[in-house]
Amino acid sequence: MNKISAPVPDAWEELVTSALLGTARRPPPGVAPGSEAPVALLDAAAVETVRRRAGLRPARAAQRPQPAPEDTRPPLPAAAARRLAMLLADRPGTGGGGRRGTAPDLMELLPQWLATANARGYAAPPQLLPALLDAARGRTDLRPAALAFAGSRATWLARLNPDWRFALRATPGGGTDLPSPQDTAGIRLLWEEGLFAERVALLSAIRAREPVAARELLATTWATERAEDRLMFLDSLRTGLGADDEPFLEQALTDRSRNVRATAAELLSALPGSALAARMAVRAGACVAVDHTQDRPVIVVEAPHECDSGMERDGVVAKAPSGRGERSWWFGQLVEAAPLGVWPGRLGGRTPEEIVALPVADDWRNELHAAWCRAAVRQRDAGWARALLGRPAAPEAGGPGAVSLAERARLLSTLGSAERAEWVAAFIATHGLSEAFQLLGVCEVPWAAPLGRAVVDALNIARDAGSYPWSFSGVMGLAERCLDPAEAGRLEGLMAVPDEGEDASPGAGGYWAEAFQRLVTTLRLRAAMAEELGVA
Amino acid sequence: MTQQGVRWTADQVLALAPDAASRKAGSKLGAAGPWSEAGSSDEGTVWGLCKGSGSKPYQTVIDIADAAGPAYKCSCPSRKFPCKHALGLLLLWAGGEGAVPPGPAPDWAEQWIEGRRQRAQEKRTAGAAGSAAGSGDPEGARRRAERRAVRITAGATELEQRLADLLRSGLAGAEQAGYGMWEETAARMVDAQAPGLAARVRELGAIPSSGPGWPVRLLEECALIHLLDQGWLRRERLPDGLGSTVRSRIGLPASAEGPAIRDRWLVLAQYDTADARLTTRRIWLHGTDSGRTALLLSYGAAGRAPELALPVGLELEAEVSAYPGTGQLRAALGEQFAPPAPTATRPPGVTTEQAAARYGEALRDDPWLDSVPVILDRVIPAPDGDSWQLADAEGDSALPLTASARSRPGLWRLVALSGGAPVKVFGECGHRGFTPLTAWAEGAGEAVPLC
Repeated sequence: MNKISAPVPDAWEELVTSALLGTARRPPPGVAPGSEAPVALLDAAAVETVRRRAGLRPARAAQRPQPAPEDTRPPLPAAAARRLAMLLADRPGTGGGGRRGTAPDLMELLPQWLATANARGYAAPPQLLPALLDAARGRTDLRPAALAFAGSRATWLARLNPDWRFALRATPGGGTDLPSPQDTAGIRLLWEEGLFAERVALLSAIRAREPVAARELLATTWATERAEDRLMFLDSLRTGLGADDEPFLEQALTDRSRNVRATAAELLSALPGSALAARMAVRAGACVAVDHTQDRPVIVVEAPHECDSGMERDGVVAKAPSGRGERSWWFGQLVEAAPLGVWPGRLGGRTPEEIVALPVADDWRNELHAAWCRAAVRQRDAGWARALLGRPAAPEAGGPGAVSLAERARLLSTLGSAERAEWVAAFIATHGLSEAFQLLGVCEVPWAAPLGRAVVDALNIARDAGSYPWSFSGVMGLAERCLDPAEAGRLEGLMAVPDEGEDASPGAGGYWAEAFQRLVTTLRLRAAMAEELGVA
Repeated sequence: MTQQGVRWTADQVLALAPDAASRKAGSKLGAAGPWSEAGSSDEGTVWGLCKGSGSKPYQTVIDIADAAGPAYKCSCPSRKFPCKHALGLLLLWAGGEGAVPPGPAPDWAEQWIEGRRQRAQEKRTAGAAGSAAGSGDPEGARRRAERRAVRITAGATELEQRLADLLRSGLAGAEQAGYGMWEETAARMVDAQAPGLAARVRELGAIPSSGPGWPVRLLEECALIHLLDQGWLRRERLPDGLGSTVRSRIGLPASAEGPAIRDRWLVLAQYDTADARLTTRRIWLHGTDSGRTALLLSYGAAGRAPELALPVGLELEAEVSAYPGTGQLRAALGEQFAPPAPTATRPPGVTTEQAAARYGEALRDDPWLDSVPVILDRVIPAPDGDSWQLADAEGDSALPLTASARSRPGLWRLVALSGGAPVKVFGECGHRGFTPLTAWAEGAGEAVPLC
């Protein structure tokens, strides 16, 4: 605060100087040096101190911040707001640690809470924004959902606190409102003069509404954009990609930047009807044939002998990563980019299942199937994905086969959620839980009933086999977050401590009971959370 | 008093937690999962069995009907008080009827409740008979007080001597002398039975390392200690009110003798400060009818929460009596006529100009006062260089925030709540600046604690 001026302006300064140097060296004004001087100084200082404090006046107001934009979303119900505060208070490093006990891991429930709140369109309580931003700062995986929920006031806050600068980077446009679809002049202005992040946000927003308009807007300035910007803008065409984007992408195949060319090629190859896809089909087709000279048909592969300029122009990367043969590297890229629809015609009118079942000569099977997997994922081709996944109960589905578990997880993501859940449930029923973790990760939450049952049954089997629950802590953790809360009732029987079997690990029964208790408690908590957020 | 029918809020329950770890552990147990045979009685008891890691579940029972605050018993080995099971059970109870249905208490709970009721009854009978016995030895009490006064006088005289020595040789030397000198003097003041002086002297030790301008602050505090010493040494010549203020600043015990004021008290703020031995809880109350402000202090040994817990935003109808001393706001909570309940009442506020003036006026009655509680109306938190201030929405005045307030997470809650718009803020306003403790956004919405 401002100090008011004293009647004798220097009186206080004089006292401070005397006090600092000592009255022996410098007695205060009007006091003789000696034994009384310190007391006289203290008397005068006491009067001055109280006088100075009593005379305090407010300071001049500084520049006040611009008000934050209004959040028009409905406010969170009170119980849900309290729950959020509790979830946010459960931060890593705030006590606890060690064995997990029967209590739920609240921080793990935050992503789900945020997803539900966002789906319901609630506004975040302003006073919880700091805790929300701190949580998002520590966990990048939380950021998109947390920032969407936090809304425009969070970006307003982030401008005032450098700790939260990530929110400005992560939120496209830094929270500025985008012009409305009708405001063509505003769109034009923002596109031509906006910051990069604002332009990306604008383009993505328009692309989501009107794919053609977005592409046309991009075309107006394409030639003058910097290479990194071109790459980001091009990436936004992934949304709503369609056949009419082809001419633009074809043109981008001749771009100066190699990354832009590669992205354009990737996008084109996801359009099975594109000219690029047709060119790749010809190239890939030339490498794969069915050999009928054997006892039974066998696929033979003749990988390309060179990567010509046409291939490079179509996005094939010529230089192989270290440790990989050049020819198989080129071959993989060709098959990945070729439309899957060409193979039945090329390989004797067979269905994808029959093609996948054909033997492949000379150890090319893994290379070929892996490339087909990538193509199925890129082209979102459920038919091929199903063929490549095979039957979940097949012995090779659980062990090393042509298709790895990671690839299976990606293939599963092209299937509908019910089919995905059924496949994984059948997989778990045959192969148990130890390999299932990755596959469970791509299943829709909450888990469909058959999948949930399969997981719980498998956990129960593991318990009866006498192993320790922490061997399954990954799946247990997933189950806490993904199992349908309606299943809690069915789990009650598993919460008791079972009699210890002969071959069981010592104490395992107690730990299992504890783990199941935590599972049930967490499910109940999730049910309560959903109810508080108005989800019936 | 019975609390039948009045369910607590989760915030109320969590305010009972002795520390953050218990709050967290308790809130996890607030789900139905680990509980069985939970129930509650109309007389205000809640019980339940909580499954722990052992084979035998813990027996937890809480008596919430006691006006002095809830009482707990739990068979768990935790030394936290209340333990996480008690907190979890209360949360479960706060959550709704279903999980803790009304019914007869099981034997193990009934025994404890019965024992408690009996002891309380005996105490009440004894208290009624013993109030005369308490002052049964007025002569002895007077002699003890005299002996203590003599020791304090000796301490104050010695402290005067030390301050004089310091100023004779100069404060510049204090920077080198370090902390030890002050610790030793503070210990002497403890021996002299003047804990108020001891605390002030201890704080002197921290000033030389407190950044630019420390000589001014050191001189100010030395001068105020000198003033307090002199006040004590001449206490016979002081007016009654100021004399009481000096005695309480020295650290002499007093009791709340003021008349009981019955009012609907709004809880403005509750916050704890802790050192190695003691947790001090401050609760600021605002009388909605009388307009008075009162400060309740309660203490807890390290690791234990002070027993009194009144979360911000609640209102309670109760009697409050002031401690002696002119302008002193400390009070004791007397009889409560209704349990605390959430309220939408908001206290009236003042401008920054009026707040500063109020502090100035309060110094007349108590020159040792660091701050006064005030409510600011329509202020906007605004960044001011490295610092922050609360600026009047209309007008050019502002109160800077204290350094401690700037470094607390509550600052950002306040800024977020405001979003650049005016807010109502309760806090402590003094020569170090303003410390916000509670805020209300414009329009509807509950009180947001900032501490």
